[in-house]
Amino acid sequence: MKAMLFRWPWLTAILLGLLVGLGAAAVAGENPAHVLLVLLKAAGGTPYDLGMTMVYTTPLIFTGLSVAVAYRAGLFNIGAEGQLVLGGLAATAVALRLGDLWPAFAGSSGVMGRIVAMLICGLVAAAVGGSTGFVTGYLRARRGSHEVVTSIMMNFLAMALASWLVIEKLHSVDTQNPETRTVGNVFKAVEFSAFDGAPVTIWFLAGIAAAGLVAFLFDRTMIGFRIRAAGENPVAATVAGIDTGRQMIIALTLAGALAGLSGLGDILGGAGRFRLGFSSDYGFTGIAVALLAGGRPMAVVASALLFGALHKGALDLDFETDHVTRDLAMIIQGCVILFATARWFHGKKKS
Amino acid sequence: MTCKTALSRTFILAFMAIMTFLAASDLLLGAEGLPKIRVGVVFDKGGRDDRSFNASAWRGLDDAKKQLGIDGKFVEAMDDNAYEPAIRTFARKKFDLIIAVGFGQAEAISRVAADFPDRRFALVDAVSHLPNVRSLVFGDHEGAFLAGAAAVMKSATGRVGFIGGMDVPLIRRFDMGFRAGARHVRRDATTISNFIGVTADSWNNPPKAKELALAQYNRGVDVIYVAAGASGAGVFDAAGAKEKFAIGTDSNQNGMRPGLILTSILKRIDVAVLKTITDAQAGKFTGGKVEFGVANGGIDYAVDHHNAGVLTDDLRRKLDELKSQIAAGTLKVPDYYVEADRATYKK
Repeated sequence: MKAMLFRWPWLTAILLGLLVGLGAAAVAGENPAHVLLVLLKAAGGTPYDLGMTMVYTTPLIFTGLSVAVAYRAGLFNIGAEGQLVLGGLAATAVALRLGDLWPAFAGSSGVMGRIVAMLICGLVAAAVGGSTGFVTGYLRARRGSHEVVTSIMMNFLAMALASWLVIEKLHSVDTQNPETRTVGNVFKAVEFSAFDGAPVTIWFLAGIAAAGLVAFLFDRTMIGFRIRAAGENPVAATVAGIDTGRQMIIALTLAGALAGLSGLGDILGGAGRFRLGFSSDYGFTGIAVALLAGGRPMAVVASALLFGALHKGALDLDFETDHVTRDLAMIIQGCVILFATARWFHGKKKS
Repeated sequence: MTCKTALSRTFILAFMAIMTFLAASDLLLGAEGLPKIRVGVVFDKGGRDDRSFNASAWRGLDDAKKQLGIDGKFVEAMDDNAYEPAIRTFARKKFDLIIAVGFGQAEAISRVAADFPDRRFALVDAVSHLPNVRSLVFGDHEGAFLAGAAAVMKSATGRVGFIGGMDVPLIRRFDMGFRAGARHVRRDATTISNFIGVTADSWNNPPKAKELALAQYNRGVDVIYVAAGASGAGVFDAAGAKEKFAIGTDSNQNGMRPGLILTSILKRIDVAVLKTITDAQAGKFTGGKVEFGVANGGIDYAVDHHNAGVLTDDLRRKLDELKSQIAAGTLKVPDYYVEADRATYKK
């Protein structure tokens, strides 16, 4: 596994990306060594910094896995952004409703209650995200609509629906921000106190567990094998008697379910409420995460950590430098992807 | 394979070289120690250079840097979850005073201020009740009242428009003041109000603002008052295209479309920020609510060479008359934040 995680070409892409980014910083008049130092320190210099990196990593593990699952089936899931919004909002709505029905349960803080609450939120988020993915999968497999187009359109629908629900139905009265009321205590995600105030939640571990499950699915089960077969060579798979359309639907549903879970760390941890626009493009960064990882589940975790660290590091650039802003992280991200995918196409062509 | 190993070896060597260099440079960079106070500002989604709301606060920070020799840093929040990490990072980096610009940051600053009781904070446009937070609030309804009055006095049709950024109580407060100002001057004045959206993106959406402005102008409106942060530029574009008037907000925007921007309602966040920084530097910082309005010069309208031709002496005299009435309390402007007034508001 280690050899897979750190195969040199990926490191090459990362280092080349850093090199270009730091070169750009030098052109802008900043000492590149200082910039790199700021990035490294910001990503893991103190427990708080490391914690914030993990906070930003959490949603990226899920969206990265989501894109990776679709990718292994030969599909592109651009819909993770919409799925994470719908999944997160559904979980919040259910938590609020349950809080209205059973205030005693919502206010409690027993371990069993919190586990049940976490399962409820997770299942609701996965179910709603999964059904969104199912629609895209069904349209692709049975109706021939391209999944890239439909999943982008689903994103717009998701955003519009979320705006309406948050503003008109679940809006909090004590704030001017477009956000819902706070969920009951029992629904708040378990936070680790070791990180000096950074809201690292149980969902970080859940993300790693999900990566393990997806890896198991692909490497050890028939379902995973069929999805991979359909993705790698649809014609051969069909000849071998695999219903490739069915695999597409399964893969995109699973992708949607994973994406649906990505927002829960942010929503149930920290503020404990759903905010419109809480996601800083996690769904789209997930595409980059999955590409860099080559669609391999455990590599997605490492890749998400890298992007989480870049996101956190970039924030501190604004505080510590005069001539470059967090946009530098976008340059580095872009270049890493460019170098990683260029190698990928190269490899594809050779085979 | 050999080629790959050679490549990786080069990388390891290069990496080690960089790390050594880093260790050396850290010693040099860590040597600076500044006795002057450090001020951090967190702007909202409009961005510091929105030439309106955030820009006014930015100017205050800039003035403080020049006049007081303080060390100032700022960040722009890119999404709604970025406020708290940004404020917290300033606090962790031992900034003496941290200023959050925009009502959206109220919850974030309260959470951080509770964790850092020995650090001082300031919040623009909303109120936090923590003792180490100074809340800087403005009489926006009074300024909007002046805008409404000016718009109707200038209008040939008696139809004037308001375009707000995000549909929240703060901006409805502008809208309500604007309508009251228009009716105060002309009982039969017609007002049309539109909001750009319901999310924080509304502060930075000039195309949508332009679309709304063109629609209003096409309906016979000939003066539009806009309170929408960076989106305002879209309204001024529309004013240019239609050769109709617009009124700017927060910062002096008269120069953005000279001759067509009747005036700008100034929200002196710059003064409030500079005052707060001055107090903090002198050790006279206090928490609590500080109010700025027409009475103490916190709200005013802008006159410069760009609009001197359109905002005639007669208009200015009438506006100054209204200002003194508001300041004296003889003219009561309806305030959306007051429950009894809010009940009379219809969107």
